[in-house]
Amino acid sequence: MTDALTLSQVKKRFGPAEIIRGVDLALAPGERHAIIGPNGAGKSTLFNLISGRYPLSSGQVQLHGRRISGLAPHQINRRGLSRSFQITNLFQRMTVFENLRCALLWARGYGYSFWHLVGRQSALNEEAEQHLEKLGLQKRRDVPASLLTYAEQRTLEIGTTIAGGANVILLDEPTAGMSLSERDHAIELIRNVTVDKTLLIVEHDMGVVFDLADRISVLVYGQIIASDEPDQIRGNAEVQNAYLGT
Amino acid sequence: MIESVVFSLLNGVLYGMLLFMLASGLTLIFGMMGVLNFAHASFYMLGAYCAYSISQVLGFWGALVIAPIIVGLLGALIERVGLRNVHKHGHVAELLFTFGLVYVIDELVILVWGQLPVDYRIPEALDFTLFSLYGSDFPAYRGFILFMAVAMFVAIYLLLVRTRVGMIIRASLSHPDMVGALGHNVPRIFTFVFAFGTGLAGLAGVMAGNYFITEPGMAFAMGPIVFVVVVLGGLGSLGGALVASLIIGLVTTFAVGMNYSIADMLASAGIAFGQDSVLGINLSRFGPMLPYLLMVLILIFRPRGLMGSRES
Amino acid sequence: MSTSNFPGGAIVRHAAVWIAAIVVIIVMPYVFTSSSSVSMMSQMGVFIVFALSYNMLLGEAGMLSFGHAVYFGLGGFLTLHAIRAVNDDVWSFPLELMPLVGGLGGLAFGVIFGSVSTRRAGVTFAMITLGIGAMVEASANMFTNFFGGESGVSGNRVTEVTLLPFSYGPQIEVYYLIGAWTIVAALLMFLLTKTPLGRMANAVRDNPERAQFVGYSTTIARFIQFALSGFFAGIAGGLFAILFEIMTAPNVGLIQSGAVLLMTFIGGLGVFFGPIIGAVLVTYMQIALSGFSEGWILYFGLLFVLMVMYVPNGIAGVIVSHFAPWQAGLAHRFAVPYLLAIVPALLALAGLVTMIEMGYHLSLAYDPSRPIELFGMEITATSVAAWVVAVALFAAGLVALRWVAGRIRQRWGEVNQAMDAQRAKQ
Repeated sequence: MTDALTLSQVKKRFGPAEIIRGVDLALAPGERHAIIGPNGAGKSTLFNLISGRYPLSSGQVQLHGRRISGLAPHQINRRGLSRSFQITNLFQRMTVFENLRCALLWARGYGYSFWHLVGRQSALNEEAEQHLEKLGLQKRRDVPASLLTYAEQRTLEIGTTIAGGANVILLDEPTAGMSLSERDHAIELIRNVTVDKTLLIVEHDMGVVFDLADRISVLVYGQIIASDEPDQIRGNAEVQNAYLGT
Repeated sequence: MIESVVFSLLNGVLYGMLLFMLASGLTLIFGMMGVLNFAHASFYMLGAYCAYSISQVLGFWGALVIAPIIVGLLGALIERVGLRNVHKHGHVAELLFTFGLVYVIDELVILVWGQLPVDYRIPEALDFTLFSLYGSDFPAYRGFILFMAVAMFVAIYLLLVRTRVGMIIRASLSHPDMVGALGHNVPRIFTFVFAFGTGLAGLAGVMAGNYFITEPGMAFAMGPIVFVVVVLGGLGSLGGALVASLIIGLVTTFAVGMNYSIADMLASAGIAFGQDSVLGINLSRFGPMLPYLLMVLILIFRPRGLMGSRES
Repeated sequence: MSTSNFPGGAIVRHAAVWIAAIVVIIVMPYVFTSSSSVSMMSQMGVFIVFALSYNMLLGEAGMLSFGHAVYFGLGGFLTLHAIRAVNDDVWSFPLELMPLVGGLGGLAFGVIFGSVSTRRAGVTFAMITLGIGAMVEASANMFTNFFGGESGVSGNRVTEVTLLPFSYGPQIEVYYLIGAWTIVAALLMFLLTKTPLGRMANAVRDNPERAQFVGYSTTIARFIQFALSGFFAGIAGGLFAILFEIMTAPNVGLIQSGAVLLMTFIGGLGVFFGPIIGAVLVTYMQIALSGFSEGWILYFGLLFVLMVMYVPNGIAGVIVSHFAPWQAGLAHRFAVPYLLAIVPALLALAGLVTMIEMGYHLSLAYDPSRPIELFGMEITATSVAAWVVAVALFAAGLVALRWVAGRIRQRWGEVNQAMDAQRAKQ
């Protein structure tokens, strides 16, 4: 079975500085994989490389065995990879419902149509309502995204990321800045919406990581120094040394 | 043939240097503040009109000093009262603000000085022939314009490279956040740069108003072409503005002199073709269109311009 | 609960608005019967279509264009050439459908120029449109067969090839033709905002990055929106050509492009009816003021600059911002401060208008000492006293206005708090 996501010798330099120094990574279908590492290790850069936001300096990224590096972000998205952002990145002037519906448009084949009225597409609207329910945001349905609370915005961010039905999901610090109860709620949500999907997650909160991930990779200075199951990582001396600083 | 080439060359360089006087202020303001000052040519027109009024009392030399200062102060005022408030709404709002300014300034000029051209003349001290070439005269005032433009380039260059203010400005061009973080009063630098840039436009107006004609349409005639220059040279690049000014000046001057069509050229090579098509159109008619074509092509294929370091 | 859960209700409400608009268009010539008002209302129709097409760019997709008159003007020229061809018996096409010629022309040029300009966004896009606008205007010198040189192209709209039994010679018949096209074009543009393309145009405006990560190419979304906007601008140009029966090079030029930007912005971006208000108001002021004052452009410029500074959402934005207080039953609380604001606003305006009019009179009149008539009074522009009074009026009005503005802001704060409290109770 081909891996869902494969990175081979991925490198990225900004001017003279090499930020990502040859990363190899393979995610089996259905795997929940977390990337941890100290600040500045290049975690967000890695996400930007995979999702096509930055071009690679060298190396290759494959999605289900097909090369995606070099494609534009929207092309990568159409092949079934979706991502969230560390800083909330929504359509701020649109309502919650509109945000979700926009996330569905391409996946449901509407393209750039100017001959369908979105209000009349009952299957589309029903699906958007279902996502709304799944996120628990029904009461905020018609509120502009900019007026949501922080936790609600993060929830909607996850919602728009998964709505299109991509089977490989990248989440960039989904619980950052949340209170404890909000965080538990978010973990539960992520677990629910990523059933049968491949998940790659960047997270600082070790509780979240060890709770959620099947495998963990440790990224330090642009290189993966360990990649293993959570218990193994916990006991890995090199990781303790380089990352946990003990 | 030779004399027409030499004179086209001289006039092209002259026109180019006048364009540069205008473009330098515009490109400084853009580089520093990120504001594309749509009303830049209107400040140029204000410079010419102020110079006219002042020269009635103090003569040309008084106007040469005072008019740019007045225009610059007006620029500072507009920056403080208007532009600064709009800044928080983003670059598009700033662009819209300066776009509206064009209407206001151009109309105020009519309100104060009327619809008809004013009699703003070349000073007598410079009203003589500098030299004659192939029987045609080269007036001294043209030489003076060239001298002023070069002096201006050198002065701005020295200001930017040698003085503290210049260093801060150059730093702000590349790292605006850093300069603020280092404790410099960025809004005040903005006001200064806007005043300086509009003052330069005013100076260009003082120099060009009597060389051309000082009339209410002069801003509109100059406005779009200055944009071409700064875009072509690279927004925010002084050297680029100089090169682009000269290119545009020469291209338009030479195009006007081309009194034949592509079909004519083909005909002289023995090919009778296309007299009635686009090829039959006199090349001089391409002249006014050429700069804009250049600008569009540059924006599409190399948006940072000839010498710019960053895209807008 | 929101009504959008019951689409039937929304459709009925929308239909009512559109039917009302149709009734207004039909009735207006019976209210304002003079030929000059019919002509003015015809122009309003033309510019409503043009401004709405501009709003498809700036309002809906966040694309600031300085060259939208290219599609308007070229559409107009093409329409007029088509009308001439029919008059010369070279072609046969009913006059009622002639604006389609303009529309298809606008679409074609929108596709050509859009394919190069929409690859960029923001200020770079704005500069490209400026360049294309200036280029097309300058090219009128070259293609004199098409643009007609200095005198432009003129034609006779009475082609005798029509669908309906009208000649379209009389002004009133043209008015109803334009009215019909205005309704159709406005309705289509309204529906366009409700399509996947319309939604994604908003998405690209609000957050181009996110739009890419839900599978859309921002370039293609912008491009299609741009081309369609060119189509409607071309229709407006076709209507313009039918109304005036003449097109000149400045119709494709920067001044015309600036005018549509002005009216759209003043009316209000981002609210569908904003550009309609802007087109009606600006056309009215342009015609009414240009008869009254030399300085109507100055008044426009000042209005525009002040709105960019203080009312960036335009007139429609101001209206819409009062919907929530109105629904909450709190709108009456604005009555007193707003009424209070009227007096100083009128004072300041009177002072400003007096100064401007006296200024124009001094610089433009043959005999500046001849008094001018203003607000039913005779004012001598050369007298110092008149200037002192005008300046004093203006200054006093401004000071008072600042004070009232503070009270209005305070009242907004109170009303917002009250609305929050209401919401919390629910």
